[in-house]
Amino acid sequence: MRLTPEQVEHVALLARLRLSEEEGARFTTQLNSILEHFEQLQQIDTSGVPPMSHAVPMSNVLRNDEPAPSLSPEEALQNAPDRSRDCFRVPRVIE
Amino acid sequence: MSARDGLHELTAHELSDLLARRDASAREILDAIWGRIDRVEGEVSAYLRQTREVARAQAAEVDERRVHGDELPPLAGVPLALKDIYCTEGIETTCGSRILESFRPPYDADVIERCRANGLVFLGKTNMDEFAMGSSTENSAFGVTRNPWDLDRVPGGSSGGSAASVAGSEAICSMGTDTGGSIRQPASFCGVVGMKPTYGRVSRYGVIAFASSLDQVGPITKDVRDCALMMNVLAAHDERDSTSIDAPVPDYTQALVPEVKGLRIGLVTEFMEYQGVGVEAEVGDAIRAAATRFQELGAECAEVSLPHLNYSIPVYYIIAPAEASSNLARYDGVQYGYRAAEEGEDIIEMYRKTRDEGFGPEVKRRIMLGTYALSAGYYDAYYLKASQVRTLIRRDFDRAFEQFDLLVGPVSPTVAFRLGEKTEDPVAMYLSDVCTIPVNLGGLPGMSVPCGFSSDGLPIGMQLVGKPLGEETMLRAAYAFEQSTDFHRRRAHPVETRDGRRSVVARG
Repeated sequence: MRLTPEQVEHVALLARLRLSEEEGARFTTQLNSILEHFEQLQQIDTSGVPPMSHAVPMSNVLRNDEPAPSLSPEEALQNAPDRSRDCFRVPRVIE
Repeated sequence: MSARDGLHELTAHELSDLLARRDASAREILDAIWGRIDRVEGEVSAYLRQTREVARAQAAEVDERRVHGDELPPLAGVPLALKDIYCTEGIETTCGSRILESFRPPYDADVIERCRANGLVFLGKTNMDEFAMGSSTENSAFGVTRNPWDLDRVPGGSSGGSAASVAGSEAICSMGTDTGGSIRQPASFCGVVGMKPTYGRVSRYGVIAFASSLDQVGPITKDVRDCALMMNVLAAHDERDSTSIDAPVPDYTQALVPEVKGLRIGLVTEFMEYQGVGVEAEVGDAIRAAATRFQELGAECAEVSLPHLNYSIPVYYIIAPAEASSNLARYDGVQYGYRAAEEGEDIIEMYRKTRDEGFGPEVKRRIMLGTYALSAGYYDAYYLKASQVRTLIRRDFDRAFEQFDLLVGPVSPTVAFRLGEKTEDPVAMYLSDVCTIPVNLGGLPGMSVPCGFSSDGLPIGMQLVGKPLGEETMLRAAYAFEQSTDFHRRRAHPVETRDGRRSVVARG
């Protein structure tokens, strides 16, 4: 086993997920079997091979910084689970 | 009225001709489709929601403009189904997830703007695996979709609702997205045509992101001509997508010449056999027969090996979840979507509870996998390694394309599998995309074209893979093949299938 239940719980915190005990146990088993499948990659010699992050050659795409119409506050807030005036409302984050 | 009855079974180009000659109105076509939906949707469940008011208004506008004598685009008045992954202004868009239930986007995706401008009529939003993560549409938070050819089987995924809607004649054409096979595999399982264009050929603006270096939008249609017509609508350079390719867009219908003489076609060994395990016998036979057909049509066919394709699955299942874990961080219950009820907890607990209740198991599994692969101490072993092997996969393709104009193979190692057959075994489910995933990793265009039926009457799809921006070569070969066969003319009959099954049960 590569991943312990404690590591799985730590990753869940990093991912902002909360797993039930049963889910944690199931994910530990499943993630380990998936990670085992990944071991194959270690057989391949990749020394000197550049990583590929995009399928097409990428360069920065720039445009002039000109004001243009965008969503109104009302449109931007129309799906908010909770709002207060023109703000998204969340649980207290500072004391 | 009898002439109107079969309108739902026609292709987009056939309807386009009827519309142009004023032998049918957009409203009549829409009524025929609605009649069909009313008969079969209860069995197939292709749609998450229908947009009948929107469709009625769009069809009326097309008919009015035609009466007015306006020149209309070829697909004006043709009914289209949309995967529930495109932002559609004011129309609920869920991506198959509880976390986006009742989300109404305030804007349209680029491809939606383009479809509107071309007069396509929006039938509704189709079912899909949650956040496009899956190969069977069983990961949808809102229920399963059934394969119109056999209601006990999956339609494939993740664009399963889109493929099933076209195969069941509940839409004339539809749109999907393809990150690892999500257009081609369901198109293959449902016996219709599906294209994943070159990465960057179609804008991803307003398309809910899964894995941004792999995601691509494309059409699902009844035949190759319809595919070309839809590509004429979708392909474009878009400033709002920084990965959009700034290259001229051809008229794809010009590629529809049934002529492959001298075309060099490579049958990919690793598509036929992944890590030594061969595809299902009937699938292999159909693909070899298709290669023989290409030879009879004058193409040169030979087998070609791309050895690094044997590592596609592990590479994909690091890169895609890594990108997904980052893309899906935005679902936190603050700006839109679901938020768990608060119990006076802090914001981190609000995030965790929201995401726990909002995401399904497969999405959580992939977020976990991606977060782990990117976490401190593991990045080099997993993500970096996978990105390097991705380079080797692309180099294999580049080498093959020095010898060949086009590569072919199966779309999937099997025909449509049974509902529930693979839900408990993630790795088995992942392996159903083994032939399609390498094409996304390479950023290449790929296509699924019907090439046969199994002894159980289930469709088999052939995959064509082109060079970057090689869509026209793919379309030409696909068209030549299609015109020499009649697989694309068969239609699924889900209600009759159901009745047949019931009568068997009743007799038994």
